[in-house]
Amino acid sequence: MHELSIAMSIVELAEEESERRGGLRVRAVHLRLGLLAGVVKDALLSSYEMACEETSLAGSHLVVEEVPGVVYCPACDARRPVRSSEWFSCSACGGVASEIVAGKELEVVSLEVEP
Amino acid sequence: MSPGTRIIEVRQNVFKQNDLVARALRERFRDAGVFVVSMVSSPGSGKTTLLEKTLTRLQPQFRVAALVGDLATENDAVRLARSHARVKQITTGTLCHLEAAMVQQALEGWDLHDLDFLFIENVGNLVCPSSYDLGEDLRLVLMSVTEGEDKPLKYPTIFNSADVAILTKMDLAAAAEFDSQAAMHSIEAVRPGMVIMSVSAKSGAGLDDYLEFFRSCRAASHRAPARADAARRA
Repeated sequence: MHELSIAMSIVELAEEESERRGGLRVRAVHLRLGLLAGVVKDALLSSYEMACEETSLAGSHLVVEEVPGVVYCPACDARRPVRSSEWFSCSACGGVASEIVAGKELEVVSLEVEP
Repeated sequence: MSPGTRIIEVRQNVFKQNDLVARALRERFRDAGVFVVSMVSSPGSGKTTLLEKTLTRLQPQFRVAALVGDLATENDAVRLARSHARVKQITTGTLCHLEAAMVQQALEGWDLHDLDFLFIENVGNLVCPSSYDLGEDLRLVLMSVTEGEDKPLKYPTIFNSADVAILTKMDLAAAAEFDSQAAMHSIEAVRPGMVIMSVSAKSGAGLDDYLEFFRSCRAASHRAPARADAARRA
């Protein structure tokens, strides 16, 4: 259950950013989450609420944008979406393609703050 | 976006803080001449037994130490102390993985120049440790023959984040009807070209090659020559 520690990192990061800008009140945190990041969205959402408790972000929301997984297929010399997070193969030729091009994102993109 | 709010751009990786600490650790390890190997696996795949053998067998030639992560208890550190290597337990409480800051903290007061190899045994878990860089030079993922050949397909992220796969408990392979070819095929599917080694800590099979691999990796990393030469320098 590492979603809780990840949620705590997200809250910390957002707190630092809002303090750095003069103590803005954060309503929502926008996050990009890759399919291959090894993080379960639902677990992260419920952990986020817990992680916010007794911080300046209490009551804020986590908005998750999911990023599909993309691998490079050497046989096709092309980027292909992964079939699933369990099978790193090319969706066109079926060959092994384990070089991850996208899908490992876990990035705080922006904060939604009160003016 | 809700009314009455505005957006400020941040664009920051959530693992940034851990990655920064890991980078600093990696530099410290390199400067001190210590080669660092981390081990991940599911619980019960034989990390501690293999580590005990590793520490014991490397010791005549190298100065070795280990950090071991566990949710609770110091049993592993007690077991590893039998190797007479320097061992420290990191008890993580409820946290299911080690983070770079925990490694940094555990090493407080250690002079890394006194070491040639440092091993870090992560908490037994095939999911959580994959995202946390610990500043190691080499990450091993262990898989025992009793776990099923398709384990890499079930936990691709951790196999993809590791450098070397070690098949453990090979002495039980026949009893478990372990299919080596199928296991290697699974590993190859999630991480083509991955170095794969088969060992039995109990019988000692495969350990010579396994230990030689560390020696050659350490040599290739341009760390200072080990023990004898280090003693001469000092």
